[in-house]
Amino acid sequence: MSANDIRNMANSIRQDIIEMITAAKSGHPGGSLSSADIVTALYFGEMKIDPQRPDWEDRDRFVLSKGHAAPVLYAALAEKGYFDRKELVKLRQTGHFLQGHPDMKKIPGVDMSTGSLGQGISAAAGMALAGKLDNKSYRVYTLLGDGEMAEGLVWEAAMASAHYKLDNLLAILDNNGLQIDGPNEEVMNSGPLNKKWEAFGWNVIQIDGHNIEEINKAFSESKLVKGKPTIIIAKTVKGKGVSFMENQASWHGTAPSPEQAKNALAELKKVVC
Amino acid sequence: MVEKIATRDAYGKALVELGAENINIVVLDADLSKSTKTADFAKKYPERFFNMGIAEQNLMGFSAGLAASGKIPFASTFAVFAVGRAFEQVRNSIAYPKLNVKIAATHAGISVGEDGASHQAIEDIALMRAVPNMTVLVPSDAEETRQIVRAAAEYKGPVYIRMGRLGVPVLYDDSYKFAIGKASILREGRDVAVFAIGLMVAEALTAAEILSKKGIEVTVVNCASVKPIDQETIIKVLKKTGAAVTAEEHNVIGGLGSAVAEVLAENYPVPLKRIGINDTFGESGKPAELLEKYGLTSQHIISAVKEIIKKKDRLLKMDKI
Repeated sequence: MSANDIRNMANSIRQDIIEMITAAKSGHPGGSLSSADIVTALYFGEMKIDPQRPDWEDRDRFVLSKGHAAPVLYAALAEKGYFDRKELVKLRQTGHFLQGHPDMKKIPGVDMSTGSLGQGISAAAGMALAGKLDNKSYRVYTLLGDGEMAEGLVWEAAMASAHYKLDNLLAILDNNGLQIDGPNEEVMNSGPLNKKWEAFGWNVIQIDGHNIEEINKAFSESKLVKGKPTIIIAKTVKGKGVSFMENQASWHGTAPSPEQAKNALAELKKVVC
Repeated sequence: MVEKIATRDAYGKALVELGAENINIVVLDADLSKSTKTADFAKKYPERFFNMGIAEQNLMGFSAGLAASGKIPFASTFAVFAVGRAFEQVRNSIAYPKLNVKIAATHAGISVGEDGASHQAIEDIALMRAVPNMTVLVPSDAEETRQIVRAAAEYKGPVYIRMGRLGVPVLYDDSYKFAIGKASILREGRDVAVFAIGLMVAEALTAAEILSKKGIEVTVVNCASVKPIDQETIIKVLKKTGAAVTAEEHNVIGGLGSAVAEVLAENYPVPLKRIGINDTFGESGKPAELLEKYGLTSQHIISAVKEIIKKKDRLLKMDKI
């Protein structure tokens, strides 16, 4: 898929996100929108996967460590063909398979159940270790939030991933700068993130997380680095693509009203890539 | 002298045995491999052993990821850290997705001894029992440990195995057959049923021997499979004896005593006395002295059996009136 096609798909996924969270009347739009370009680039360009065989042993794996951004993952999976797009609007309904946070037992294509922050990267690293043990060529991708950086387990996993030289592990940090209670610097300053990850033995790449060319280039670069894991620190805008949600911590975990959704969708539909 | 082997020692040996048979067995530890005895496996299969350092949450997270990719990880550390420090990793990353991780914890209970209360898990069974999808197994001797480790490896899903530091008497030989969900009746008697786990099984047998000389006949049931608990055997034994004592090196809240009480209360209510740690933390000391101080010896079982027989007799008399 060309960079432009990925941009168009990311736009569709943003519309899916708005529609599903609006229908569910709850969910997390801010961090889903901020990571839409990254997740689209992964699922429609980077990852070696087959929607017909979600359990294919040699597939690349994706672990959404920031599990509350489930809508972006579900939208990508549906657009990719893991399940019908019509299911998306049933998100969070009793008895429906699309759980509030990713559930690997219920949702085709979800490689790890997540939602409790810090745990996804730890499991992703375990998957990467299994790949090394089996001499498999698959890669493991995991997406983290910046508020998540306050979890001790993130750094336990970071230390161990470098120790075990997991160069088949790629972490991507959705660095939108905001968490539930406000800006990272005010709630809990976790910076300087690049220096911290470097100090933990990781290869660090810093990019604009909304620039598809930069995202793709970082993916390629990460594969050239042997003997250590890579993290892409992607500068993003929370709520990206919907003007009234952009850079607003209040849109972390609030569903838009039908009226707001209408405006958001109209805005997204106007974008020509 | 009765032969004594610590369940953790038997665990170390069982892992080596399994490692030879199944290439997918991997072992993870958190800087305690010499104490948990996973060091034996590490020596034999270094490429399949991963020391995670002193990071128990990550021990469980890595194990979850390995299991999600087809491995059968045994994750070992002391019970207080496996269950306490990493509880939520066990709950959300292992039990919720029903991943094939075996949490093999050692140094459970106050028989840890000198290290004191911070290292003596007394609530681990209660915590693990309350987690959906979790199987809870507590071996009582070396042979049972060997079989439990094998049964855990064969079973697909999360298992918590609770082992001790202290040498415990050998009770079984290889003619024994452990099965998940099955209790083992070690001795039959009409007067009282004693349900025990871990090192209290040997104590229960000693108590039964002494009581028998005084004309009191006790049924001793080893409930190594605490979850799923063997309801059928428990109810059958309760019907035969009409009185029960439970014995465990664990808080009386939430452990075997609670599991048996649940079965008893809903199916066949008879007098019950629970022996365990009475909702208090332990302390430093010699294991034998602590077991005595906290009421976990054959003598304490004998007293409980006598007490419960009186209660049973009183109830029988009331029935006649």
